[in-house]
Amino acid sequence: MKTVVYIEKNPINNKAREVSLELTAKAYSLMEPLDGEVVGAFIGEGLPNNSEELFTYGMDRLIHLTDERLDNLQSAVYKNIMCEMIKEEDPDIVLYGATHNGRDVAPLVASKLQTGLTADCTQLKVDDYRDKGKILYQIRPAFGGNIIATIVTPEDRPMMATVREGVMPLPADPPEKSMEVEKFNETIEEDLLLNEFIDVVKKDDTVNLNKADIVVSGGAGVGSEEDFKLIHDLADALGGDVGASRAAVDFGYVDEKRQVGQTGTVVRPKLYIACGISGQVQHRAGMEDAKKILAINTDPDAPIFDIAHKGVVGDLKEVIPTMLHYLKEEE
Amino acid sequence: MKKIVVLAKQVPDTENVGDEAMKEDGTVNRSKLPAIFNPEDLNALEMGLNIREKLGGTVTVISMGPPGAKDILKHSLYMGADDVYLISDKKFAASDTLATSYVLAGTVKYLDNVDLVLGGTQAIDGDTAQVGPQTAEKLDFNQITYVEDLIECTDEHVMVQRDGEKQEEKIKTSYPLLMTVTGNSNDPRYPDCREMLKYFRADLETEFDEEEKKQAQKNDWIIPILSADELGLDEERCGLSGSPTQVANIDNIQLSGGDLEMYADEDDSIQDLVKDIMKEQVEVE
Repeated sequence: MKTVVYIEKNPINNKAREVSLELTAKAYSLMEPLDGEVVGAFIGEGLPNNSEELFTYGMDRLIHLTDERLDNLQSAVYKNIMCEMIKEEDPDIVLYGATHNGRDVAPLVASKLQTGLTADCTQLKVDDYRDKGKILYQIRPAFGGNIIATIVTPEDRPMMATVREGVMPLPADPPEKSMEVEKFNETIEEDLLLNEFIDVVKKDDTVNLNKADIVVSGGAGVGSEEDFKLIHDLADALGGDVGASRAAVDFGYVDEKRQVGQTGTVVRPKLYIACGISGQVQHRAGMEDAKKILAINTDPDAPIFDIAHKGVVGDLKEVIPTMLHYLKEEE
Repeated sequence: MKKIVVLAKQVPDTENVGDEAMKEDGTVNRSKLPAIFNPEDLNALEMGLNIREKLGGTVTVISMGPPGAKDILKHSLYMGADDVYLISDKKFAASDTLATSYVLAGTVKYLDNVDLVLGGTQAIDGDTAQVGPQTAEKLDFNQITYVEDLIECTDEHVMVQRDGEKQEEKIKTSYPLLMTVTGNSNDPRYPDCREMLKYFRADLETEFDEEEKKQAQKNDWIIPILSADELGLDEERCGLSGSPTQVANIDNIQLSGGDLEMYADEDDSIQDLVKDIMKEQVEVE
């Protein structure tokens, strides 16, 4: 079997995006038992600075088409190049990061090749399916996270899926492969370079919730932007980062970048403190894999307590200051 | 003058699951969720109406779904859409995103000479964000996804702000074009009183008998239903047979219910809590 991984570059640091490393490692774990191959496919203006790192996660080969005209997304051109790469490599599986650009290109490729694409998978595995031999099981939450669906593409090839950043953790001891980079020869269709980029401004990349060991999140129960300062204070005192539920973002208590959940960031910290968060499924989907969860909520029946390890039924506006007081003492 | 088509979907309100929709085992009874206008599709409609106000032309809203989806089509008329169509056929049942985009692209082709197609980035029941791009691909239209702001539009080009995730992009491009818009792109307008008065009796074509039909026609109350045959679609590419992906299994999410240790809301026990947290964090490391 063969898996192609669509490799993307983070324009802020010119390195391969985290999700590209994560998918490389995942592809290796799927292919290794079957003696399969993992091939990276990159389209852009220049290779990521850390391309060699991809090979430390089990990539066998990296094919690329680099050209300065491809410095920003040109959907139709990217689609056609990716389709040619897939035709050439003839993989069974193609994985994309569920990034804004991955979610732009992958459906175009699926439409052109008339094959299946499953978005935002949280688990992937290869196993026998009826009389179809080994296929990809694509497992994803659906219905706003209220159900978990297992999707298969039994007839068509390649079987394609997208996965969000941070969902599939990097392995602790990945296999090291030797670096093999190949140029892919394909002409760029000038008439399909339809997007003129008038201005491009790199975003602030400092919020990196999925790297934090401790995340303190606030929800609708915080009640106001002023009181949300308590969440920041507790995070600072613990050396953690600040997260939020969708409701808190919608109310404008905190920037959208800090949203944890099905839409938002997936976090897996050592400690997650949910303050004034009821624990709707779409929020749980982004934090339930935390090693320890502490919930502070006035409602003893809030669903967050069903997945929490520690809980306080009380008003966070009183509980957090008390915690801050004792945290100071601990120092 | 631009001919604009807006793709709209009626979805269960998955973002506000109330107690009445929760079953005793902690899973969601999907049939109890209210059906709403997919939020980002309202933003797409608002953008379409804005462009029509600047450049002239028409805004047509199309929705693929069961007869109940007429509710969002009526809402579209109330907001100011010129025409609406329900795309409905038993043959469309169990369509995945590829089959859905085949039907939607077929409808846009049927409407003919369309300059601009708009839709929400994603629907809240599936969250795939695939139908927009797949429709663009089948129409051979250029696309811009994650549109956050319409900066400028003329008869020749549009300029928009795209959320490129790691960067903000100001992009200029020409027609024909498909754009998917985010919830941040604008504030959808409320229904207009005059339009509500005009269209409150609007209904699907099948709901009027022969006698009523004349009056309904005169008053523009008829919501046409387009079927696979009328759209000239290949049956094999619709519904289940046109869907490469299949659902192999569905599991309801149940709350896991781990070991929960409660701390009273009193100074002493909060102190214990802080101590326990600090101790555990050291252990994990």
